[in-house]
Amino acid sequence: MTLNEWNEQNLKSQISNKDMFTKIGLKLIIAVGLVTALIIGVYSFLNTRWQTEVLLTQAEVHANKLSDAIKNSTYSSMLLNKREQIHEIINTVGQEPFIREIRLLNKEGRIMFSSKKELIGEMVDKNAESCYACHTANEPLEKLPIKERMRIYKIYPDSARILGIINPIYNEKSCWDADCHAHPEDQTVLGVLDVTLSLKDVDEQISDSEFRSIIFALIAILSLSLIIGFFVRRWVGKPVNELVKATHEVSTGNLNYKIKELGNDELGILAKSFNNMTNKLAEARLQLFQSDKMASLGRLAAGVAHEINNPLTGVLTYSSFLLKRVKDNEELEEDLKVIVRETKRSREIVKNLLDFARQSVPKKHNANINEIINNAIEVVDNQLSLKHIKLEEHLDSSLPKATLDSNQIQQVFINLLVNAADAIGDNGGKISLDTTLISLSPHGIAQIKSAICHKRHDLIDNEVKINGIPTIKVKVIFNGNEGYINFDPIYGKHRHQYGIEIKHGKDVLVSCPKCNISLMEKDASCFKCNSKVYEFEVPPQGMFRGCTNPECDWEKWEAVDDAGYKDFIEISISDSGNGIPKEELSRIFEPFYSTKGQKGTGLGLAVIWGIVDNHNGTINVESELGKGTTFIIHLPVQAKS
Amino acid sequence: MAKEEKILIIDDEQVILDAVSKIASLEGWKIDAALNAQDGLNKLSSNQYSLILSDIMMPEMDGFQLLEELYNRKIDVPVFMITGYSTVENAVKSLYKGAIDFIPKPFTFDEITSSINRGLKYRNIQVRLEETKKSGTNESVIYVPCPPKYKRLGYMSWMNLENEGSAVIGATDFFLETIEHTLIVELMEVDELIIQGNSCAKFKTNDGLIHNCLAPLGGRIVERNERILAAPSLLEKDPFFEGWLYRIIPSDIEYDMKYLDPCSSDRI
Repeated sequence: MTLNEWNEQNLKSQISNKDMFTKIGLKLIIAVGLVTALIIGVYSFLNTRWQTEVLLTQAEVHANKLSDAIKNSTYSSMLLNKREQIHEIINTVGQEPFIREIRLLNKEGRIMFSSKKELIGEMVDKNAESCYACHTANEPLEKLPIKERMRIYKIYPDSARILGIINPIYNEKSCWDADCHAHPEDQTVLGVLDVTLSLKDVDEQISDSEFRSIIFALIAILSLSLIIGFFVRRWVGKPVNELVKATHEVSTGNLNYKIKELGNDELGILAKSFNNMTNKLAEARLQLFQSDKMASLGRLAAGVAHEINNPLTGVLTYSSFLLKRVKDNEELEEDLKVIVRETKRSREIVKNLLDFARQSVPKKHNANINEIINNAIEVVDNQLSLKHIKLEEHLDSSLPKATLDSNQIQQVFINLLVNAADAIGDNGGKISLDTTLISLSPHGIAQIKSAICHKRHDLIDNEVKINGIPTIKVKVIFNGNEGYINFDPIYGKHRHQYGIEIKHGKDVLVSCPKCNISLMEKDASCFKCNSKVYEFEVPPQGMFRGCTNPECDWEKWEAVDDAGYKDFIEISISDSGNGIPKEELSRIFEPFYSTKGQKGTGLGLAVIWGIVDNHNGTINVESELGKGTTFIIHLPVQAKS
Repeated sequence: MAKEEKILIIDDEQVILDAVSKIASLEGWKIDAALNAQDGLNKLSSNQYSLILSDIMMPEMDGFQLLEELYNRKIDVPVFMITGYSTVENAVKSLYKGAIDFIPKPFTFDEITSSINRGLKYRNIQVRLEETKKSGTNESVIYVPCPPKYKRLGYMSWMNLENEGSAVIGATDFFLETIEHTLIVELMEVDELIIQGNSCAKFKTNDGLIHNCLAPLGGRIVERNERILAAPSLLEKDPFFEGWLYRIIPSDIEYDMKYLDPCSSDRI
């Protein structure tokens, strides 16, 4: 598979995937999704943690209050040593479902009271969970801040978390003063109230909140992706697909493909500049194609003329020879005369073919364009009035005379008028014909057709051509290296072909490739970059000078500059006919292209193009379907450029 | 006398050779045919010819190269160019390069015979000139050379630039001598366009032949010599002054001048 085929397949697969997200869309979606996920993830994480903390703190505060409440409610019972009452209170409070256990330990760690009766009297290991806070050091702490009295633990890994709070019962005066005298005075802590609560509800709330965060994050990412995907498709995907399709069309040779309006954003501007580019390309291709077609048609006609004329000579000489010998046979004579007559007719057709292929150089003389137009109008006048066509002339009577072949130019106008009449049809219409004088800059138009060195050696190189036009070849010595440069023959275009690398510098020597005579202009430097300047003669249009620095585009051709803007005669012929579809517009100057079917040969416009080109002129066409067509011809007032 | 003349025809197409041979045999001329220029040159070195007819477009050596070769070999036999590629440039170039006439293919019986007749007379005059040169008599006895400041296209027609930028054109005495007595002159109309190398006037002679005079210069006709229409004999009496054909405004004099020879060079 060649690279081209691969590219094409690739393009096709991209185009066929237009229902999917385009690549750029997918990338954007992934990027935005990741950013959203990150932001929402961090937010949710922090939020959940904060919520957990709040919930736990609440639970702690609640537990602490509960613990204090139990302690306070049992306080008097303890003082009075009413154990039954303490049991009663602990049992009653301990029945609350969220309370796991309430127990009261004495100093030794024996469970004195518990909401779970079976545990009463058991000893608690001082290293156990509830005791750990105070008994880490060998000497038990006596005062603990509230935070440290809390503990959260799990009995089994899969069971709910448990919040435990210990509440030490300090020795008070009333304790050792009491009737029971149960506690000595020197004891600080008499025992510990240990309340354990189940955190099942809190845990459920936390996991609920986590779940909600995840769902929220997922929905946010999904909806953002969808929204971005939608807009990417709308703002990027579709226009890009349209552009890809257009480039594909252009690559397959359809330069008439136009991208439809894509708005005013960057892609819209790209589309417009793309359309502009294809337009320009199509024009350039048309001109090139025309020259090429006309050249090959010329060769073909020349070949045909030569090849057909020989057998025709045979027919014509033998038949006219026979005619001489059959003077007494009238019937035979008549028949032979037909042969001679028809062969002579063939001779004229071949001659016309040669003329059509503009093998005959135009015979130019000074002529008045308006006069030629009027002559042409006379020829077609009858035809126009028969078709009820109104002819409007706006001829500029002050037009200068132009050097041209009046016969050929008249043929151009007759052909264009007949075409216009055919386009209008039998229902009548209007043709308008305008002539005016306009000026066009010589830059990019004037061509160097001859160039010689000071010893009159020809510098024109027919082997190296730029855009089909022979170049000017010079020898260059730069930094001891020797090579050749082919200068662009079009003034101001600066598309030189360098056979040697040269830079801005002082030791450049441009010389004649034949005699090595220097073509450098002495004591002169470029106005733009101060580099050295070369010069050669363009007979008969004086000296041509240019800058040796390839970076600099300074060129000076005084004779042409002095002539300034060149005057062209502009002739436009508009009809109110059907117009020509855009896709056909580019083909109408092709030989053998005809919209008239059997009526036309398809040579008319090709011949017109050839004639105008031969006069160093240009012809352009503008057309709007249903409104009409306009042909615009520019002919130089001076034939020689 | 002309019936013993031998003509060489060079063309790469057998049918042309056959056709011309047939016509010549009817007229009583002897024909030698060659299928290429080299073969023709070989024949020229061993035979005497009065006239050469040559195609322009041929493989290897073309008609123009043949003309150069003939010039180099100092062969002064008059040459007619015949070509299927009948462009104005080919016609003018042929005359400029030394051919005495140009016949576009395809041609009719009458066209080729009138040309050959003229060619043979040209040869006749040429031979007589050489004879008078040897004997030392003045050459103008045979034909009047064109005035030195004139320019000519081949031997056929002349032109003279006037001070106002217009030019007068006419047929040379030499050409008129080759067609002998003109009975009728046909001219183009005023305001018509003359193209260099194209026929601009027809001379009908008493032997029924029509001779085309190829124009030395292109341009628009501003005046034609009505007097020669009434009295064609004026042509022969004073071909370079009273017997002029047209006064024209040249269309591209610089281009056309390239193919004209100054008459001053004829007098050496």
